[in-house]
Amino acid sequence: MRYTPHTAADKEQMLRTIGLTRIEQLFDHIPAPLRERASVSLPAGLTEVQVKRRMGALAARNATPEGWHFFLGGGIYHHAIPSAVDAVISRSEFSTSYTPYQPEVSQGTLQAIYEYQTLLCQLTGMEVSNAGLYDGASAAAEAVLMARRLQPEGRRRVLLSRALHPQYRAVVSTYLKNLGDVELMEVPFDRSGGTDINALTKSADEKTMCVVVGYPNFFGVVEDLAPIQAACARAGALLVTVTTEPLSLALLQPPGAWAADIAVGEGQGLGVPMALGGPGFGFFTCQKKSVRSLPGRLVGETVDHEGRRGFVLTLSTREQHIRREKATSNICTSQSLCVLAATVFMSTLGKNGMRRLAEVNVNRAHETQERLAREAGVAPVFSGPFFNEFVVNVKGLARRQGRFSAEKILPGIPLARWYPELSDSLLICVTEMNEQEEIEHLVRALSGN
Amino acid sequence: MLRDDIPGFPELGELEVLRHFTRLSHLNYDIESQFYPLGSCTMKYNPKVNEAVARLPGFSLLHPLAPPELIQGALELLYELEGMLAEIGGMDRVTLQPAAGAQGELTGLMVIRACLGERGNPRRKIIVPDTAHGTNPASSTLCGYDVVQISSNNRGMVEAGKVEEVMDDEVAALMLTNPNTLGIFEKNIQAVADVVHKKGGMVYLDGANLNALMGIAKPGDMGVDVLHINLHKTFSTPHGGGGPGAGPVGVKGFLEDYLPVPRVVKSGGNFQLQEELPKSVGRVRSFFGNFGILVRAYTYIISLGGDGLEETSRMAVLNANYLRKKLEGAYHLPYPEPCMHECVFTDRLQHKEGVTTLDIAKRLLDYGFHPPTIYFPLVVSGALMIEPTETENRETLDAFAEAMSAIAREAKENPALVKSAPHTTPVGRLDEVRAARKPLLRWEPANKEGNRQ
Repeated sequence: MRYTPHTAADKEQMLRTIGLTRIEQLFDHIPAPLRERASVSLPAGLTEVQVKRRMGALAARNATPEGWHFFLGGGIYHHAIPSAVDAVISRSEFSTSYTPYQPEVSQGTLQAIYEYQTLLCQLTGMEVSNAGLYDGASAAAEAVLMARRLQPEGRRRVLLSRALHPQYRAVVSTYLKNLGDVELMEVPFDRSGGTDINALTKSADEKTMCVVVGYPNFFGVVEDLAPIQAACARAGALLVTVTTEPLSLALLQPPGAWAADIAVGEGQGLGVPMALGGPGFGFFTCQKKSVRSLPGRLVGETVDHEGRRGFVLTLSTREQHIRREKATSNICTSQSLCVLAATVFMSTLGKNGMRRLAEVNVNRAHETQERLAREAGVAPVFSGPFFNEFVVNVKGLARRQGRFSAEKILPGIPLARWYPELSDSLLICVTEMNEQEEIEHLVRALSGN
Repeated sequence: MLRDDIPGFPELGELEVLRHFTRLSHLNYDIESQFYPLGSCTMKYNPKVNEAVARLPGFSLLHPLAPPELIQGALELLYELEGMLAEIGGMDRVTLQPAAGAQGELTGLMVIRACLGERGNPRRKIIVPDTAHGTNPASSTLCGYDVVQISSNNRGMVEAGKVEEVMDDEVAALMLTNPNTLGIFEKNIQAVADVVHKKGGMVYLDGANLNALMGIAKPGDMGVDVLHINLHKTFSTPHGGGGPGAGPVGVKGFLEDYLPVPRVVKSGGNFQLQEELPKSVGRVRSFFGNFGILVRAYTYIISLGGDGLEETSRMAVLNANYLRKKLEGAYHLPYPEPCMHECVFTDRLQHKEGVTTLDIAKRLLDYGFHPPTIYFPLVVSGALMIEPTETENRETLDAFAEAMSAIAREAKENPALVKSAPHTTPVGRLDEVRAARKPLLRWEPANKEGNRQ
């Protein structure tokens, strides 16, 4: 296929206007040795029919919830997405437009982001939300970097809960190691599956920059933020919460209610397809007093010269295109189209729909956990409260994978690769997408040895 | 532990929601309606087939923590895309994990730092030309480096001599953009690379402008050690009003071991994930990066093929040179060098009437065109940076040139008209000072008279 519209006559006339006769002359100034080796050795282009066949064949070699009994979560969630969401984000006015640097012709994008910022503040109970970051993991890293800007140089130790998503901990570590002055310290979890409060309280002191915990955490457990916040307050450390399943906040007391200083997470669960884990978006919220240390874009309300209400990108002096090496972050995107999907999703479901959906998730997950214990003899590993994910112990888990595949079931995520101490542990996620029949399959598949 | 309510959250019917967002969409400007000549942004057509393919359930409904043997189609796509991008860029190995160009920069610099660290000294400084994108210095800082800025010469290029002056054994890398943000090919790049390499440094190429280079010159042949590629520019994935994009990074073979994990490897006929690589910089993003964007870029590359990609760059450069010729005279051209895929003009000729680049940009909106990138690169006072891309036809370029010429005439004859533009947009020029001084960053019931968001 070709997306270049030039006819032979166009080319000729354009070259004549430029004062040339051959296309090649456009490149006369490029060193000849570079020109000689430049050809792109890839197969010839395909027709649209051929492209669709080839891509269809690749797509067919992947397991999806359409053909499998599906219980995977662990940071990426399978939720129902109203058709209205894709209808809106497929509009070329949203999908093909650029970053709204020209506000007069970008009010659609700008107002949608403003509404997103509003909804995220309401959902998290925080005062300020930015326009979006790459993903939950880099949002966690940016949160720690923001804590570094807010805290004095004497405080450079970060307490990371071991129950925080392992990939998030890995990204935080990657982002911080080159700065040289930040020390990461892991805080263990206890038998509830939550962060060990005693260990945390002992470790938090006058050197602590911030404490980072999952809410709910990687095991699906809803951390008790009250004692964690108290430990932070006593030590003068900032509290950072990280949420991988934002739907949970429709039901749980939000991070803002626990006086979190920074609340971040992954937004995929709000209307964005799983797509092998990306693109989704990172959400990032904080309190008003620290807004000038915030990374990423912000949209603000203002008026035009005739007093009409309008929206602009604002407080840009924090950002790389103005501040260059002194910027709060190098980020230059806000995953805007995914953020729009979340805005449409939250607006369509509304306060009652979000709550009902969250309740269905909680109820099905709890019912499944109970049935597994009662009917399959599969016991929960942790005692803490959970939202739509929980960990169970499955005897001989590793050797049973083959049978799971034969039965076309993806029963959960084995945890041993990140937690050697949790061998035979399986993280199971149950959402509104899992009907009774599917849950029965799960119970049967995990029964016996 | 539970909340009773989400105070302020909307309660709307689906039709109300759709009407609202449809109305908002009408306030936007987009590629499918009009020409979008933003310099360094490569606002080309985003093919419909890419969107259709990315929505196949076999891609959109994949879970990243499914066992690798159950996502073989996806891993094959990733593996092949790495190879295609390596071929296009002339690099040996590619990682697809970075979520955007700036994260690609950070990843590339981390790779350089890890390699130099292993050689004994990660070094302290990164050299960045004054024409660079703002993300280059910001990424350098985030990677723990100090930034040394150098100026380009009076022809808009970086000179080997200038680099030599600041190059020492504490410089980790030089970050270069080629073609640079003036749209000029850095002819001396190999000599510049030699200077950097001789002192043990590395050359990082910002691939933001790769759309000019396919089949024309490969970064890998220019002495480049690390290259990032913006899939949302050259490889046609939609900009989405500010993302998501993707920023894969290519490296020369000696840097392969430092790339982020996991790596997709082929063994027999199967694809596996390699998680444990001791020299790797680690993870920069969760899971596999922006897979949905990678699917679109892969679709684009196989649609066009090698020949089609080469034609893409030729036509992108033809269009830019054509526009440059058409606008010469009406606007001041600060650098007379031949241009690649974009060209930079200034407002110098209009300035004596008090008309600035911002005014010209806003007046273009009245003519139905999106303005070029303005006031960038920073080295050009009042820059208007124009990148037409290859997907525009001659008639569109002519219409744009006519509008620009008309504005140049208006600037002489009726400057007030230009200075008060735009006149036809949904809102006029907005008060940005007020927005920053008293930030209103969310709707609150208290501060409005019942306005619903």
